[in-house]
Amino acid sequence: MRIKVDATKCIGAGLCVVAAPEVFSQNEDDGLVIVLQEYPPQHLHEACREAARLCPALVISFDE
Amino acid sequence: MDDLNAAAPAFPMRRCPFAPPPEYAEIRENEGLSRVTMPDGSLAWIATRYDDVRAILGDSRFSTVPSTPGYPFIAPARAALLKNEFPPTIIRMDSPEHTKYRRMLSKEFMVHHIEAMRPELQQTVDTLLDEFIAKGSPADLFEDFALTVPTTVISRMLGVPYEDRDFFQERSKAKLDLTADPEVPIRAGAEMREYLDRLITEKMVHPGNRSDLISRLVMSQVVPGHMTREEALATIELLLMGGHETTANMIALGTLSLLTNPDQKDALVADPSLVRNTVEEMLRFHTIVHYNGPRVALEDVEVAGTLIKKGEGVLALITAANRDPKAFAEPDKFDIRRPALHHVAFSYGVHQCLGQPLARAELQIVFSTLFQRLPTLRLAVPVEEIKFRYDAFVYGVDTLPVEW
Repeated sequence: MRIKVDATKCIGAGLCVVAAPEVFSQNEDDGLVIVLQEYPPQHLHEACREAARLCPALVISFDE
Repeated sequence: MDDLNAAAPAFPMRRCPFAPPPEYAEIRENEGLSRVTMPDGSLAWIATRYDDVRAILGDSRFSTVPSTPGYPFIAPARAALLKNEFPPTIIRMDSPEHTKYRRMLSKEFMVHHIEAMRPELQQTVDTLLDEFIAKGSPADLFEDFALTVPTTVISRMLGVPYEDRDFFQERSKAKLDLTADPEVPIRAGAEMREYLDRLITEKMVHPGNRSDLISRLVMSQVVPGHMTREEALATIELLLMGGHETTANMIALGTLSLLTNPDQKDALVADPSLVRNTVEEMLRFHTIVHYNGPRVALEDVEVAGTLIKKGEGVLALITAANRDPKAFAEPDKFDIRRPALHHVAFSYGVHQCLGQPLARAELQIVFSTLFQRLPTLRLAVPVEEIKFRYDAFVYGVDTLPVEW
């Protein structure tokens, strides 16, 4: 699984950080999404899918 | 005419103390979207299904700008207020304008910053709970605890003097009263902005160490010309009102839910790790911003097979979405163990609540502290005697009489 984000659409709600803090964080300058692990390990895949489902701006997608 | 009225019932419909209006469930089970008659006699759509509500709130073809023809006003007081609002707050702007202003604020509420505030938030809750307990039983938990916590927190964060709380709490309540004479919320809003204008001047004259949000906003956005002073006022007013009114009512209603479900209260006390999910379930179950999300279609849009035409108003009802059995099994049951994080109590789409990490932190700290400190806390009156705020923009209680 490869994580893709479109930060131009991000509104900094932070739900991805709540769902998968090992994979997502927020930029100190503007609060927008940053990806900590582009290829997260298997045990974090479900948390990443949850983050994508929760994101209010539909910023997160995957290459699987 | 009778046919038209039968097909388009009057909106708003009255909620029950612990449930949305029963009509929402009927509409959800039938056509999902339905026409309603607004207080000014115009027609609008309401959406009741979880998927439809998210689809509408996440779609930029629906505008949040009240001057767009067809925008649905839920009360005359609201229409008067929103039509006179200048400059508008960011919740009533569309992209790309909205994006520009939201980004000036998003870092203030980012999850890591709020997490770093937890020790200080815990200390605030402990101190205010000490004061609440010292006043003695019986007490009004709403006025003397639920309201004091978020008011203290947001005052400190923004740099608004806590001594002025009566002033801004009263203006905030008046502004959000849906039954008020239209002059009342307009005057309350004007007084609030005058007050904040004086505060900004003070901060510009005495910049201090810039440790509060208003100072940072003024110095980093207003002074360099990215934001006008009037826009900053609108923004600060939104943060001040949004920062205390909502969380206060969630603390009161969340307490009430645990007091009326003692087995779940005991489970939470026994296993504090349940607190995160408990808070999400409280947010879902009560969904206090009941008329969130008035929108108007900027072009023809089809939602779940229903055509919403350009210029037609839509209310995407988050209260109804959060009780959709397709998204939450047995939705009318309060259950602190259910998966609830996908609720839409903070709305959905680009306007989703900016302050949600702060609200979550405050609520999690309150509900992992309150019953540990006051294990015998109970209602001092029967539930039937509690007065609920059916006519406020933010649902809640007027008082919450308790004893211990």
